[in-house]
Amino acid sequence: MINLFINEQKVSVTEGTTVLAAAKKLKINIPTLCNHDDLCVAGNCRVCLVEQKGARTLIASCATPASDGMEIHTNTLKVRNARKHIVELLLSEHRSDCTKCYKNQNCELQSLANDYAFGDHVFLDLVEGRNYNIDRSSPSFIKDDSKCIRCQRCVRTCSELQYISAIAVANKGAHQKISSFHDRPMSQVVCTNCGQCVNRCPTGALVEKTYIDQVWDAIYDPDKHVVVQTAPAVRVALGEDLGYDPGERVTGKMVNALRQLGFNSVLDTDFSADLTIMEEGTELLVRLKKAMVDGNKDISLPMFTSCSPGWIKFVEHKYPEFLPNLSTCKSPQQMFGALAKTFYARKRNIDPSKIVSVSIMPCTAKKFEADRPEMRSSGFKDVDFVLTTRELAVMIKQAGIDFRNIEEANYDSIMGASTGAAVIFGATGGVMEAALRTAYEIVTGREVPFGNLNITPVRGMDGVKEATIKLEGCTDAWKFLEGAELKVAIAHGLVNANKIMKMIREGKAPYHFVEIMACPGGCIGGGGQPIPTNLEIRKKRMKAIYSEDEHKVLRKSHENPDVIAIYKEFLDQPNSHKSHELLHTHYVERDNY
Amino acid sequence: MENKGLTKVDLIFEKIDSKEVMVKAFGMSSAEIIQSILDSGLKGRGGAGFPTGLKWKYTAAEKNPDKYIVCNADEGEPGTFKDREILDRVSNKVHGGMAIAGKAIGAKKGIVYLRGEYRYLLPKLMIELDSFHKMIKEIGFDFSVEYRMGSGAYICGEESALFESIEGKRGEPRNKPPYPTSVGVFDKPTSINNVETLVTAMMIIQHGAKNFIQYGTKDSRGSKVFSISGDTPTPGIFELELGMSVQQFVNEFGDGDTKAVQVGGASGFCVPRKKFAETIIGFEGVPTGGSMKLFNSSRSMYNVLHNYLDFFTEESCGQCTPCRVGCQQLLKGVEKVKKGEAKSTYLNELVKLADSMKIAAKCGLGQSVGNAFKSIVGNFKEEIIY
Repeated sequence: MINLFINEQKVSVTEGTTVLAAAKKLKINIPTLCNHDDLCVAGNCRVCLVEQKGARTLIASCATPASDGMEIHTNTLKVRNARKHIVELLLSEHRSDCTKCYKNQNCELQSLANDYAFGDHVFLDLVEGRNYNIDRSSPSFIKDDSKCIRCQRCVRTCSELQYISAIAVANKGAHQKISSFHDRPMSQVVCTNCGQCVNRCPTGALVEKTYIDQVWDAIYDPDKHVVVQTAPAVRVALGEDLGYDPGERVTGKMVNALRQLGFNSVLDTDFSADLTIMEEGTELLVRLKKAMVDGNKDISLPMFTSCSPGWIKFVEHKYPEFLPNLSTCKSPQQMFGALAKTFYARKRNIDPSKIVSVSIMPCTAKKFEADRPEMRSSGFKDVDFVLTTRELAVMIKQAGIDFRNIEEANYDSIMGASTGAAVIFGATGGVMEAALRTAYEIVTGREVPFGNLNITPVRGMDGVKEATIKLEGCTDAWKFLEGAELKVAIAHGLVNANKIMKMIREGKAPYHFVEIMACPGGCIGGGGQPIPTNLEIRKKRMKAIYSEDEHKVLRKSHENPDVIAIYKEFLDQPNSHKSHELLHTHYVERDNY
Repeated sequence: MENKGLTKVDLIFEKIDSKEVMVKAFGMSSAEIIQSILDSGLKGRGGAGFPTGLKWKYTAAEKNPDKYIVCNADEGEPGTFKDREILDRVSNKVHGGMAIAGKAIGAKKGIVYLRGEYRYLLPKLMIELDSFHKMIKEIGFDFSVEYRMGSGAYICGEESALFESIEGKRGEPRNKPPYPTSVGVFDKPTSINNVETLVTAMMIIQHGAKNFIQYGTKDSRGSKVFSISGDTPTPGIFELELGMSVQQFVNEFGDGDTKAVQVGGASGFCVPRKKFAETIIGFEGVPTGGSMKLFNSSRSMYNVLHNYLDFFTEESCGQCTPCRVGCQQLLKGVEKVKKGEAKSTYLNELVKLADSMKIAAKCGLGQSVGNAFKSIVGNFKEEIIY
């Protein structure tokens, strides 16, 4: 143990603990800005400076390991003056149009300014007269360099968590900036639109592109019938933006709020998640049969899940030779969109051209996905507008809804029923678990051999997870799988996806089925989720997801009554011609820069 | 303070049989070499002046057997050109110094990080390096040197930014601790020394620490190569004993009208005429990596300051707030004052900012911007305002 003194108080910490963490132990707060729990230490903003006895300069508490006998003071005149200077310097190169800013009141620089730099500022405004670039080229997010304070959280996120480095530091000195390859627009580089940078940007330099006004316009247009779907991970995180602690399930209140906002029909992406299991599970079994029984060498295995649009774009950029391995299934959002303007329109007898389909997603990449040219199989744009969890919270506030005190409500029918298997799509391992619950039962006629259907080996926050399921007692139709061991793997966060892809490319991974989610923790940690994010918060959201699953009456996708009904009335059977037309897609190779 | 007067010395460029010195060094134990460098009181010749013996001692004490000796030849301080001369004339001593350092710390690999603008020296250096490698093989010591090129960024002379650059990354200073002696280039224990330091170390081994400490003062042992430029009839490279006053220096090199000397380059201090006599050039007074720039009364000190601030605004890596933004504020601030758009008292605010930068910036670059700023603004205020 290392003993040190902070503000005259003794504290013992383990070796490697930073001064910042040691201070936290003493309940002493030191302000930070470039520091983020998910990322490596940068030590570049200098906001967390403290005074160390005997040191020539102040030290960055986030970057300095505690050492024995250290005497630290966090609140000396020297520290306060330097900190005030630093915050004022940051503000001098930041366009402080706070009242217009999307991040107003959720901005770490603003709260530092509030604490340390109120009143008149000494320094000159460096923003004026500079030709700052505001990049609106991505359908998912906006990058506004005039608000960037160069903390490099986004850069670290993109390389450390996502293994992409679509953005990096360019130039030096006064010209230093966060830039893309050859300064290209973000829509023309390797960016997957995952929005993890947006989640970690302390200011308004990186924000999602909002479609709130367009959705309000649609809602108030008497000619339009506005349908909304909500992704599984939204219901366990929305509360954080509306005064709840992380990990609270607010499903019922969210449904009621959406109805009060004026959506004509409040439906559930969970329905199409169940549908995805039927389609994707069948696709997997068909691939296995073709490969194992028919000996077809052209069948690509392992098969990869295709729910996460950030992951899809990652493969398109980085591993295009594996495009045939991606399941052809659209994501649940897009399956829902295609059905909203076909099946739903027919059932409700509404002209599909009058339907506006909105989705509430924990994701920024979904905005890009909805814009893909492939996603128009209904004859219209299948999903018109994608809002993040954060944008929904804004709408709820705008409408003056007292979220905490409203009643809970249920989803509308037709495409509103769901099972616990669909809910867990929101957490890493969830699609795999849902698929196994159904596929195992199809093949063997029995439930998966795990207590209470909880396939625990595929759960949790490990970056890469593996499991093997032995198929025994197969029904006659699936006898060829008798005794086979189904090898599966799961990864979340693209840096982990890359680990699996590398192994597969090198022929070192004998998997049949791989689930990959672009974001850490899966959709619960998505780029559209409430800010801030860290492992602790994501774990709480994950716990809430599994608790939602446990509370469901139906917990297997193939038991969803709306899914059973849609096959009977409309789609015929999984992977049918109609399914392929509406629910399946294809992918394109993209440049790796 | 001791005042040794101005004495020209010929140690660095002295012709020696480098094989003989190396054989002598390799006959000594690592501890003996380090002790003799410690005894000599040698401080780093790049400008920062860290005791070389201590640096070697710390690196030698590291358990990881994979160590590096890195020669910092990224001579980028404005007004410094002595390392170029050393590499051009006595690169055998640079390589030899590296081998001796390698013996001292237990490193088998040496890397010279050569300033991008000195690429033209490479063909000659490669020939020298070949004969060095042959010689070291003959002696039977396992050590080799390779060259890595810089690309012109001033910040890459900062030791940890230099490592990043060698590793193929963007040249940005690292957080310290850990220090290079434990986690240096490729995360291995590394002793990084200036070109001149390595040559001086070799000469200490040849002549002995006792002879070396005859030169210089208690705080600044030995002699040093100066790069002299500006308003002087005799610009160029001169090796001088440490411990002279600025006045003695000006008497020798000035043009009779010297009003200020910038000691230590853009990151150094400006000494005005009225302080010439009382200021010693060395670690007890104004330290320098070698850059000595003389200004006569025809020069505007506003222009001098503006030039330096412009330089720092460009050459800051841009990573940390105090340096990236602070440099811009100092530059724009003095411009405003000069134009009469800000009150002259605004300079006081800028001085406070310079003080903050000195204690808040991440590396030596940002921490030393205030040196030139404060010494020029403090001594030539009227030239900045009017």
